[in-house]
Amino acid sequence: MSATAKKMAPRDNGAPDYKKNLHPVMVENYGKWDYHEKLRPGVLVHVSTSGEKLFTVRAGSTRTLSVDKIRLICDIADRYCQGHLRFTSRANIEFLLANESDVDPCIKAINEELGFPVGGTGHSISNVTHTQGWMHCNLPGTDAAGSVKALMDELYSDFITDNNLPARVKITASCCSINCGGQADIAINLQHHHPPVTKPEGVSICELPKVVAICPVAAIRPRQENGGSTTLEVVEEKCMYCGACHGQCPTMEIRDAETDTLSIWLGGKTASTRSGPSFMKLAVWGLPNNAPRWPEVGEAVKRILEVYRNSAKKYERMGEWVERIGWKNFFDLTGFPFTKYHIDYSESSRNTFNTSSHVRL
Amino acid sequence: MLKGEGMTKQKYDTSLVDELIEGEWPSFIADLKQLGERKPQVEQLLGQMNQSYKDLWNYWQGTVLNVDGYGGGVIARYSELSDEYPDIAQFHTIRIIPPSGWVYSTETLRELCDIWDKHGAGIIQLHGMTGDILLLGTDNKSTYEAAEDLMEHGWDLGGSGGALRTLSCCVGEARCEMACFDTIDLTTHLTNTFISQLHRPEFPYKYKFKLSGCANDCSCSMQRSDMPIIGTWRGPMQIDQEEVAKFVQENGSDYVVENVITRCPTDCIQLKDNQIIVDDDNCVRCMHCINVMHKALKPGKDRGATILLGGKRTLKIGDTMSSVLVPFIKLETEADYKKLTDLVERIWDFWGENGMDHERVGEFINRIGLAAFLEGIGLEPDPQMIKHPTTSPYIKFEELSAPKIDGEPVHDPAIRNEEVESVESV
Repeated sequence: MSATAKKMAPRDNGAPDYKKNLHPVMVENYGKWDYHEKLRPGVLVHVSTSGEKLFTVRAGSTRTLSVDKIRLICDIADRYCQGHLRFTSRANIEFLLANESDVDPCIKAINEELGFPVGGTGHSISNVTHTQGWMHCNLPGTDAAGSVKALMDELYSDFITDNNLPARVKITASCCSINCGGQADIAINLQHHHPPVTKPEGVSICELPKVVAICPVAAIRPRQENGGSTTLEVVEEKCMYCGACHGQCPTMEIRDAETDTLSIWLGGKTASTRSGPSFMKLAVWGLPNNAPRWPEVGEAVKRILEVYRNSAKKYERMGEWVERIGWKNFFDLTGFPFTKYHIDYSESSRNTFNTSSHVRL
Repeated sequence: MLKGEGMTKQKYDTSLVDELIEGEWPSFIADLKQLGERKPQVEQLLGQMNQSYKDLWNYWQGTVLNVDGYGGGVIARYSELSDEYPDIAQFHTIRIIPPSGWVYSTETLRELCDIWDKHGAGIIQLHGMTGDILLLGTDNKSTYEAAEDLMEHGWDLGGSGGALRTLSCCVGEARCEMACFDTIDLTTHLTNTFISQLHRPEFPYKYKFKLSGCANDCSCSMQRSDMPIIGTWRGPMQIDQEEVAKFVQENGSDYVVENVITRCPTDCIQLKDNQIIVDDDNCVRCMHCINVMHKALKPGKDRGATILLGGKRTLKIGDTMSSVLVPFIKLETEADYKKLTDLVERIWDFWGENGMDHERVGEFINRIGLAAFLEGIGLEPDPQMIKHPTTSPYIKFEELSAPKIDGEPVHDPAIRNEEVESVESV
């Protein structure tokens, strides 16, 4: 059959029918849940007002999965979970079980057949959310899946236990300064260190007005060449090395394998619990982009976690803890240097200054 | 790569990424290596990744590829090293809308695996940061074929570019006692109502919804979406004093004071004689006390959601948090849903008409001011939208702006209402 003769499949199907995918115990008790309990790290039970229970076994996954691996996951869900499972926003797999007696065999199968750990509940370090990196992004200066794997090897014991930390710790990793990884208690982000350098093939492949317009600090302007053609120039003093133009025009090369570094940001929180949502702040900068295992990043994260573990109050998230003890104490306790680069220089920088006589002496 | 009888299969150097096989955390490299044994493109993907690890450099270029009838949903990449890795010369990702709440039957997942095994490299990410199912690894031709096959089976492409993006939500009422509205159902409803805006980019830039059933915000909506919808309730929270007494008995009153009472952001909760007393008028529904004592305390019975607007990640003006737009909306009936979708359409109309290229709705509000934005979408200002009133005394009071003589507003001849466009028109 020729391509033209073939009828097109339907368009705009929308979202798959969630009702067909819900676990039968979910269908039965939809909107009727009464309370939940944590039975042990990685295992929850939700109890309905009807008394019915649904058990959840949470496993850390690699997010990037082969179809073969997903079929193995399905085998386990068919055996113990009445054929239903869910994923969390942090790429954990939640195996959903109707019977408590299946919990142990299910955990055994997850550990042995998948090689996945069970945990990530309560006051633990859950799976790190991350971006595409060198696997599939067009802009990255570093990998994300790889650095996350290396980091989670270091933090493994805090995934499988859930009472050794004051509160949950959410970590993200981003592979360029667009920072798709998002806000987190600890975020690992890439930092560029000079303005974009135009590639030899020139800017003619790009829509110049769009490149000029996307610059947040108006540092890019068109320049007429001697031959009459138009190119772009970057005002170095204005440019803040964000790489917005690089996304718009691939020839505005912002990355540099020689100079790009990683930095660690602290105290982001999106939940409105207690103090409300907060943005993360720069803590450590200038870490080398050291593939394949980025050991300096792992060391720095562990150093922060150890101080947090010993100094924060229960339920106090990373940002709330630093807010209480003050950044002076944070830098004193962790031993990381405080530098002029930690001081905000944006228009609203005064809002970040200490405009009181409150000092810790 | 050379194929065929008598030729030895070329081995790609993966020595650096192989260092990510060891360690306790599961390794995606180990998984992909196994897949690479039957999928040459996966073997070559690992080869190219290894090259990236060696050079600290990326070898993917972005391009545009669209399936008939769609303006997005395919993230097209071609390799700069296609001479060495010919099977990933074109290596695209297809974004697919997942079932809301990311709850799957194995039947659903197996179907997806079979389709992707047939047409693609067999790599699936569950899920991307926006919430899509990401199917990695097709060339141009297979992208079209895979898309037809997927859509024949009821699947649909996710969003990309200046469009509504694939929505995501927490598990909500399907498995959580904290949920104050049906996040899964509303996510599906919004997806299907606005499916055209999701597939055909017509906005100044992207627009994301994320839905969370309570302030714990398990969908990370506050800062990762333009329009967070977060569950809340009106009136008193539910308190089971017997369970309170039990909790105090088990943990001691010091524990309750230290971990519940003193953590309340508005100081509205007290422990008296082993009973919890809440000043509900001053409670901001932050969920902390409920999280700690979740058998004793529960959200109130008159439930709904708060709608916020304007969150986004760094580019270009820096991170923005969403801010309150509608303090409370019921989300139970079709009429409630209609109220919400009407409001969304008013926002899209006004932003679409006045927003600049690549300007997220939060950036747009920053530029024109929240008050002007509210006027534009026809919403009354509400003190719940702000932390505090303005501290700047320089305000253009429209009602008071013209000087009055004998009670009549009189414009000084030196004041013009509008800027003169050109000298000729004077």
